[in-house]
Amino acid sequence: MARVAAVTGNEAVAEALRQINPDVCAAYPITPQTELMQRFAAFVSNGKVDTELILVESEHSAMSACIGAAAAGGRVATATCGPGLALMWEMLYVASGMRLPIVMAVVNRSLSAPLNIHGDHSDAMGARDSGWIQLWSENAQEAYDNTIQAFRIAENMNIRLPAMVCMDGFIISHSIGRIEYLEDEPVRSFVGEYQPLNPLLDLDNPKSYGPLILTDQYHEYKRAQHEVMTRVKDVVLAVAAEFEKVSGRRYGLFESYRLDDAEIGLVILNSAAGTAKDVVDSFRERGIRAGLLKPRLFRPFPYEEVAQALKGLKAVAVLDRADSFGGYGPVFMEVCSALYPLAERPVVINKIYGLGGRDFLPQHAEEVLAELEEIARTGKVRVAKEYIGVRE
Amino acid sequence: MSAKGWRELPPGAVILDAGNARELRTGTWRTTSRPVWEEENCSQCLLCWLYCPDMAVIVKDGKMVGIDYDYCKGCGICALECPGKKGRKAITMEEERK
Repeated sequence: MARVAAVTGNEAVAEALRQINPDVCAAYPITPQTELMQRFAAFVSNGKVDTELILVESEHSAMSACIGAAAAGGRVATATCGPGLALMWEMLYVASGMRLPIVMAVVNRSLSAPLNIHGDHSDAMGARDSGWIQLWSENAQEAYDNTIQAFRIAENMNIRLPAMVCMDGFIISHSIGRIEYLEDEPVRSFVGEYQPLNPLLDLDNPKSYGPLILTDQYHEYKRAQHEVMTRVKDVVLAVAAEFEKVSGRRYGLFESYRLDDAEIGLVILNSAAGTAKDVVDSFRERGIRAGLLKPRLFRPFPYEEVAQALKGLKAVAVLDRADSFGGYGPVFMEVCSALYPLAERPVVINKIYGLGGRDFLPQHAEEVLAELEEIARTGKVRVAKEYIGVRE
Repeated sequence: MSAKGWRELPPGAVILDAGNARELRTGTWRTTSRPVWEEENCSQCLLCWLYCPDMAVIVKDGKMVGIDYDYCKGCGICALECPGKKGRKAITMEEERK
């Protein structure tokens, strides 16, 4: 059934988009996303998809064109990263506020200055409040699987929200790994025929998108937007259960790795979780009860479920590949918010790692786990937030 | 239009009731003066209809027949542009009466 291939993360997501065959794609090239859209553009040019590919002059225009196409009634996809996502910022809120189920691959990249093109979560973390669903992916397989599932989640008639699928720039986007593709037909029947909601091209029922809503009604629209986010979790789980039947691969709101009886644990997103899981295994071999939680759905954040998964631990380190300068890392803030309502909770510390693509090495995970062992034993925290893998 | 609770709103603030701007009587925005039309000075050039930034000049069968005060904001552009007849304007601005 499965087609096994050795491909880059970009190639895997482009293949998912080929199989899904969206109506419209508007995109602008930016490293390290370029290869993804270049490959998809080849599918368009070679007649492998029916997609109308719109080449635009910026990411702001790319998202604007996606919004127009989605409001018209089409299934829409795009991709960007780093500064491109930052330039889309205004339009991200328009897409979610208009409840348009656009799916966007985000090949996580750092933000300038200094100029840097490598893997870093600052881009998507900066967009975490924009009302988009966020799915994060450890490797090419997860990026491919998440892309297919994202269409079903975003387009659910009780949701209708845009979704971004994140994977690490270069580390995943440009590294070749083993992947199991689904055949075209199962993917097509999984995503199904696109059902538009209030399409502008339904000319018999004219309508207006984007009205001015002032003090008398804006607050109510935002309340409604919050409400729809509370429904996303259940849809993510339902879509994952259906996807498992097609693919044999299981997804949840996050991955729990050897957490059940753990005393110390790491919380870490995307590719670095792969490295950290190996180190967790080596600690387990030495009889140390270590575990790991890898968030998948970061927006909306599954607070109760994360709290349940971590409540039995003595010490937790949240590793962030993005910083909120003058604050804590974004994942740390969410994990602390999740744990705070519990009467008994683990000690939590924050480590900032891997900015601008700096390698996350097994020794970094080893050092953090060793520090957690010490905290679990003594209850003493040396420092709440710290950069690791940094030259002094 | 009555204010709605958050549960009653259409997703994405989409306006499904096309053309409902007519429900907003923008004539209430008028403050100091209103245009008054004198038919005998009117040459039916329809410049007032052309220039009106709203749709407050009423035209029937190709002829100007009056001003719709439900939508006229009192900007005065029609009176300014009106060429009138024999030196007398067909539209002049008069002080708004209570």
